[in-house]
This record gives sequence, C-alpha cells and structure tokens, in this order.
Amino acid sequence: MKELSIDAKVENLGKVLEFTDRELETLDCSVKVQTQIDIAVEEIFVNIASYAYVDGVGKADITIEHEEGSQFVSITFTDQGIPYDPLKKEDPDVTLSAEEREIGGLGIYMVKKSMDDVIYRYENGSNILTLVKNLSA
Amino acid sequence: MLNINKDADGSKLTIALQGRLDTTTAPQLDEEVKQLQDKVTDLNFDMSDLQYISSAGLRVLLSAQKLMNKQGSMTITNVSPEIMEIFDVTGFCDILTIK
Repeated sequence: MKELSIDAKVENLGKVLEFTDRELETLDCSVKVQTQIDIAVEEIFVNIASYAYVDGVGKADITIEHEEGSQFVSITFTDQGIPYDPLKKEDPDVTLSAEEREIGGLGIYMVKKSMDDVIYRYENGSNILTLVKNLSA
Repeated sequence: MLNINKDADGSKLTIALQGRLDTTTAPQLDEEVKQLQDKVTDLNFDMSDLQYISSAGLRVLLSAQKLMNKQGSMTITNVSPEIMEIFDVTGFCDILTIK
C-alpha cells in the first residue's frame, strides 16, 4: 500500500496524478485503463479540493492498494471536510442536446461509468471514498 | 500541460490541442473560447495530440459548442480511441460533430 497526504488544493492535482500514475506504471495496465483511473482520480480530488473544506485548506489522504497477483486496484480518498456522498448526485441526462445540457454532474458520472466499483462511507468524521478498478478490463 | 495552437483563415479557425485538457488547463482553453470573435463561423478543434480530457475539458467544449450553434458550426477532428470513449460515455458524441 502506498499513501500520499497532501493539501486538498486544485494546484496539487498534478502531484496527485504523479503519485497514482507512478504506482499504476508498476502494474501492467492499458492506456485506456490508466486514462480512466486518471479521470476518476482527478474528479474525486478536485471535488474534495473545491468543496470539502469551507474554511481554508484541509488535507486529502490518498492510498493505492494492489495485492500481488490480483487484477484489481483500489484507490481510497479520505478527507475531514463536510460530509458529502458524491454518489448521491443524480446522473446527468446524457441524451440531451448541447442547448439543454447542464454543466455539472458529468465528472462523478464518468467515475461511476468507468470504475468497477465506487464505495462511499462516512466514518469518525471522515469522508472515505474508494475507487475499485479491474486492471485487465 | 496544454498547448493551444491557433490557425486562422478568414472565418475559419482551427485550434490544435496538445497535451492534457484537465481541471488545471481547461481555464486556458475557456479563455480562448470566450475571446472568440464573431467573424469565426467555422471552428475546428484538432485533437491529434490531445492525450487526455476530463469533465473540466468537456465543459469547455460544451460552452464552445453552444456558442458556435449561434454563430456558425464546430467540428472536432483526429480524436484518439481513448478520448472517443469518453465522448461516448458522456453522450458528447451526439452533441459534438466528430469527423
């Protein structure tokens, strides 16, 4: 298991992606899978950076876990911000025209569509969100 | 990192994107779209060197599409399979004109 503890600021997105990509590169996954994971990591981290801490800057802890021989990788985000379950957000209607489309909701929808599982829980004052991805998909 | 290269020819403008269109770089492209002149009636995004697009990038493309619906037309060219998949999942393949 590898862990990164970082200030939840949008400017740190590059560092977060560097951390997850470095781990993913040691596993054998396709460009497609890596892109999907990058997108999911970006959406979740940016959400935390933008909304979790109303007063000032807090921390985001990111862990990446992969068991030897397993085809699954899990990435967990923990923050101590306001309780927020992004999975409760209603999916956007992806059949609407450009004029009718709303700006929001797309990010978490992409996460749900591209990951094999997304689990949210609130525990001991922390938002804990885990992304699970099958690397061989 | 995102590089934006513009090639204007009268009312036609091609914007070539190179790199990553994500939360940190999307504002650069958003600025370009906001500064788009009325005389541009044919806008093309060349994505041959674009490696990555997140929802922040999709939002900019959506606002560009809405703008061009009013003043002309917009096309997207040279989309990689990875980016095409994102357009498919989000329904953007139906909103955008991808050639």
